[in-house]
Amino acid sequence: MSPQSHSHTLDTVKHAEQTPEAELPWKELGLKEDEYARVREILGRRPTGAELAMYSVMWSEHCSYKSSKVHLRQFGEKAPTEGPGAEAMLVGIGEQAGVVDVGQGYAVTFKVESHNHPSYVEPYQGAATGIGGIVRDIIAMGARPVAAMDPLRFGAADHPDTKRVLPGVVAGIGGYGNCLGLPNIGGEVVFDPCYQGNPLVNALCVGVMKHEDIHLAKAAGTGNKVILYGARTGGDGIGGASILASETFEDTAGKPAKRPAVQVGDPFQEKLLIECTLEAFHADLVVGIQDLGAAGLSCATSELASNGSGGMQVELDTVPLRDSSLSPEEILMSESQERMCAVVEPEKVDRFLEICEKWEVTATVVGEVTDGDRLEIFWHGEKIVDVDPRTVAHEGPVYERPYARPDWQDALQADDPAKLPRPASGEELRAATLALVSSPNQAAKSWITDQYDRYVLGDTVLAQPEDSGMIRIDAETGLGVAVATDGNGRYAKLDPYEGARLALAESYRNVAATGARPLAVTDCLNFGSPEDPAAMWQFAEACRGLADACKELGTPVTGGNVSLYNQTGEAAIHPTPVVGVLGVIDDVTRRTPMAFRDEGLLIYLLGETKEEFGGSAWSQVAHGHLGGRPPQVDLERERLLAEILISASRDGMADAAHDVSDGGVVQALAESCLKGGKGARIVVPDGLDPFVFLFSESQGRALVAIPRSEEVRFTDMCAARGMPAARIGVVDGEALEIQGRFTLPLDELRREHEATLPGLFG
Amino acid sequence: MTTRIGVVTFPGSLDDSDARRAVRIAGGEAVALWHRDKDLRKQQVDAIVLPGGFSYGDYLRCGAIARFSPIMESVVEQAKAGMPVLGICNGFQILCETHLLPGALTRNDHLHFVCRDQRLRVENATTAWTSDYADGQEIVVPLKNGEGGYVADERTLDELEGEGRVVFRYLDGNPNGSRRDIAGITNEAGNVVGLMPHPEHAVEALTGPTTDGLGFFTSALKKLVAS
Repeated sequence: MSPQSHSHTLDTVKHAEQTPEAELPWKELGLKEDEYARVREILGRRPTGAELAMYSVMWSEHCSYKSSKVHLRQFGEKAPTEGPGAEAMLVGIGEQAGVVDVGQGYAVTFKVESHNHPSYVEPYQGAATGIGGIVRDIIAMGARPVAAMDPLRFGAADHPDTKRVLPGVVAGIGGYGNCLGLPNIGGEVVFDPCYQGNPLVNALCVGVMKHEDIHLAKAAGTGNKVILYGARTGGDGIGGASILASETFEDTAGKPAKRPAVQVGDPFQEKLLIECTLEAFHADLVVGIQDLGAAGLSCATSELASNGSGGMQVELDTVPLRDSSLSPEEILMSESQERMCAVVEPEKVDRFLEICEKWEVTATVVGEVTDGDRLEIFWHGEKIVDVDPRTVAHEGPVYERPYARPDWQDALQADDPAKLPRPASGEELRAATLALVSSPNQAAKSWITDQYDRYVLGDTVLAQPEDSGMIRIDAETGLGVAVATDGNGRYAKLDPYEGARLALAESYRNVAATGARPLAVTDCLNFGSPEDPAAMWQFAEACRGLADACKELGTPVTGGNVSLYNQTGEAAIHPTPVVGVLGVIDDVTRRTPMAFRDEGLLIYLLGETKEEFGGSAWSQVAHGHLGGRPPQVDLERERLLAEILISASRDGMADAAHDVSDGGVVQALAESCLKGGKGARIVVPDGLDPFVFLFSESQGRALVAIPRSEEVRFTDMCAARGMPAARIGVVDGEALEIQGRFTLPLDELRREHEATLPGLFG
Repeated sequence: MTTRIGVVTFPGSLDDSDARRAVRIAGGEAVALWHRDKDLRKQQVDAIVLPGGFSYGDYLRCGAIARFSPIMESVVEQAKAGMPVLGICNGFQILCETHLLPGALTRNDHLHFVCRDQRLRVENATTAWTSDYADGQEIVVPLKNGEGGYVADERTLDELEGEGRVVFRYLDGNPNGSRRDIAGITNEAGNVVGLMPHPEHAVEALTGPTTDGLGFFTSALKKLVAS
């Protein structure tokens, strides 16, 4: 390596031209040899240190999707072209978040993202900044954030390191989201040893706007100003860029370690950013806007310029700093949080800055849009970056990674749970029920969710543990949206294609169970290393499955996120596609909650129960077993079930509805009873084995509670549409009673269900 | 003329729009006040709500910076002149910081943020904000805070008890380590009330656990119409 010092000599474009042979630490910054050669080819010279910083971070897996792109294309290619979902799409994949028309002039934007790796290293800040990042994606579209949800996955509940990671993650989500004033209305918490060294911390945000307020990230209009506003830029998250700034590339010893690689969040600053950004939007002061997330200014400037019609010039030395010792490379790569970049017409700059001043937000004009097609960045007048922004932002490498069905897949699928010993007597069934409802995955999550504010903004109609979270959008008309997220890594491990379809089916069902009509999808695809053909096969299969299923159900993918390299050494996590479904409900007062609230309601089980235990909660709790095939998914049946649930809600036929999924009917019954504080007397339907009836995880099923006065109307509707509906019991008493088998007093059930998480983490 | 209740927005206020909604549902006119508004008299409000949230991020002691906001001088002046003032959660913390109310709010004893539906007993139904309740009435409203533990020295606590200035007490378990289960208190005149739980989140059956919180706002409105 060259002994040349980049902190002393500014590596300008001119300098790069004059020193073509100078070696740069491309490898340390994560570029492959051929990628670096490609950068040189694009530029026709060696890159400057600043250019190298930009390319390396923008061409990373995280920013460029280079391994996943070829598979993600299916979401566009197979997108449904007709039906309510297709008609509702206003902005699709590729923007900061997708936007869906929900009627009455309103549009909703929503997206889920991962913050997995930072949350393992530093749980509190990793999870907190995960919320911060997704919220900025939403405000950058012009929407007011109205709700958050967090699908979370941790290692074994009783593992000592889970006690480090989980409380930190939960406190971080609460600390950031609560301070921001965003109700947290749902999500998931799953424990499995496969996530021990690699927890999954995904964050979803929903935003609402009027159609005319939709904004896109682009820098158009020569002479328009580029304004950086929000927090000052510091050294957090600069990661590899410090290599460029060190005395020599090899020797950083003897110097104070550069700052933490995990960024630090400031939710108060973010709250101000929300108010200030929305006020500027409403005053029509903004041409284009982009948040600064991963890759910071490198990403924002190159993407804004790349999406616009012209070029861009940036005076990097005008960027307000928290740490004046930062080098230009570090400033470009810094991932300091709570920053945004807006493109504003010159005559509106003063008004924009006034609004920032009102909210006490620092704002600085750092550059302008040019009529060229280059992104040029200057440091005290000297040019340190001169690139075609498209080559940085959009024309990164694309890989067709080799993939292959792993050789262990057949053996895994052949390991049928049918051979596992099953409970048969009433006493055994009772014990199995208690073991299930108190297992960490099936136990009450209130120890976690009670640390999140679900009330703020005053429009939360439903929140966890309901099947989906529901937010009122318009107080006059009652228009609202519902969102659910689901994903089952165990199912996906057994069959990644079906696992992805099952994730969509469950999320879709959860939205319909509350009475909302599913419209659109966002996904967070959490997988292992793309360089491992087995993990790549899981990824390819899951993408194919989800794209096929979205087409069948008519719910387009509007955007999302891919997180790869989720593994510890050679051991990858279960393939974990997390699917978020957004639904719309015309009148939130018609919502269907999950609780059995009144005695005398008739309990119906909709759908068919088959013997399906592959990947089931029971097989995990009772036997620590994972094998066989996941439950079959029939999306036509899911669609029919959704139609029934939506009609029952709209026409006031159902008092309660609850999706049947992990843990089967008995888990769903326990949850609905406990939520409403009412018991239930249940009869095992003729011809069904009690164990299969209670614990099977057959799909396309839901419990509904129907008032006697509505029974005929409801059963007629089910019969007319061909939906199997079995009356399995009645809401009654203070116990869950499976007649002739066992009785569980609600007090005991509640104790078992609610004690687990406080016992582990309290 | 409708009665005007002002709701102050500080940077970091979160439940300000909820408080305004509660005022409207109770039949009043909600007036949005900005923390930089220096002179309250211009706004012609009849009562003031300091809403929940994290003013200035509450990175320092909660409410410690907000109390120095330009509007607060005027709030203190009006409060001392008898105007009804309600501080909810962060607003309660701010009222304590200004010494309109005694004591302070400290980190919850279990160290976690807590959000739950909280049962309270109304201990004093004669204040400007509680006259629509009955003494001893039990209500359920949301509670959500990280620093809600009410503390004061023993003498102050005895005084508050002796003068009937404990307005609300937690039932079914103390959620944050508050001394003597105190959830809310009033000043000597009964026009300034602060509490940690959030009545403004219990004004609609659709979005709240109950509508028990509405009484706060109807109490103030009735009192103002009568005066």
